Amino acid sequence: MSSIAVTINGESRNVAAMNIEALLSELNLSGRKLAIELNRELVPRERFSETRLSEGDCIEIVQFVGGG
Amino acid sequence: MGNTAGGDSFSAGGKTFSSRLIVGSGKYRNFAQTREATLASGAEMITVAVRRVNITDPSKESLLEYLSDVPNLTILPNTAGCYTLEDCLRTARLAREAGVGNFVKVEVIGDQKTLFPDNDLTIEACRILTNEGFFCFPYITDDPVVARKCEDAGAAAVMPLAAPIGSGLGLQNEYNLRFIIEQARVPVIVDAGVGTPSDAARCLELGADAILTNSAIACADDPVMMARAMKAGVEAGRLAFLAGRMPKKMYASASSPQSGLIE
Repeated sequence: MSSIAVTINGESRNVAAMNIEALLSELNLSGRKLAIELNRELVPRERFSETRLSEGDCIEIVQFVGGG
Repeated sequence: MGNTAGGDSFSAGGKTFSSRLIVGSGKYRNFAQTREATLASGAEMITVAVRRVNITDPSKESLLEYLSDVPNLTILPNTAGCYTLEDCLRTARLAREAGVGNFVKVEVIGDQKTLFPDNDLTIEACRILTNEGFFCFPYITDDPVVARKCEDAGAAAVMPLAAPIGSGLGLQNEYNLRFIIEQARVPVIVDAGVGTPSDAARCLELGADAILTNSAIACADDPVMMARAMKAGVEAGRLAFLAGRMPKKMYASASSPQSGLIE
């Protein structure tokens, strides 16, 4: 299977996923309360499956943690 | 008597809160303790932060799952750690997309040592985010002019600091807080610097609508007991405010009758 090189949360990764939904599944993050930016643009949840990934993409995946 | 001053409540962002204690979720030993302390506090609003998922070791545990059975709990995501307008806006938008509603604690830090907010950028962030449908709760210095500008920018409440974040120093300038309370048309929530229940009570006695505290509870030796103490302090302060304190006098005034003394 082919893979593409992307940056996720500042780390370089080779991933097989071709869209955001598949990426979350590949990272074992499916079904979690999180939010995603692709190249600094917010990706609405309903567009996870249609948002395609390309070589060199920069992805941020965030969640809620303890804070004041 | 109910759990607060007899049906007394405040409203912000279209929601009504019967608890005037808002808590944070940082600095606890674990999520179980966060949950226990939150339950003990009686809080109906809790702040959370937005951070990157560790993709090499994604923890299975979720803070929000631990808090899911706390009654009537509104999640208030913060933009803590942001030093620029752009990062603040991105963080707020990400938080909303993660699906906990439209509330955001707007925090743009201007100084690393004091963690004082950059008020100008905070006001601007409130303007932009309010236009995008957020209910903004800006963390600001205790400056009445800044508080007014936040209101004009559409803020749902204003959150002046009592003292630096995490310092536990208590209310440092009660005159500024009184000016803010006097003029405010939105709830005034004292945020940051509360160290003990007596600090919290003081803020409420002066007429603050609520207080937000994290470290004072989480960094206590027994956070769950301190959460109960903070709840009691907030309720005492609120009741004292409603009751109206006695006037201060320069000299003594005997409490027992002056007449009928034995001879």
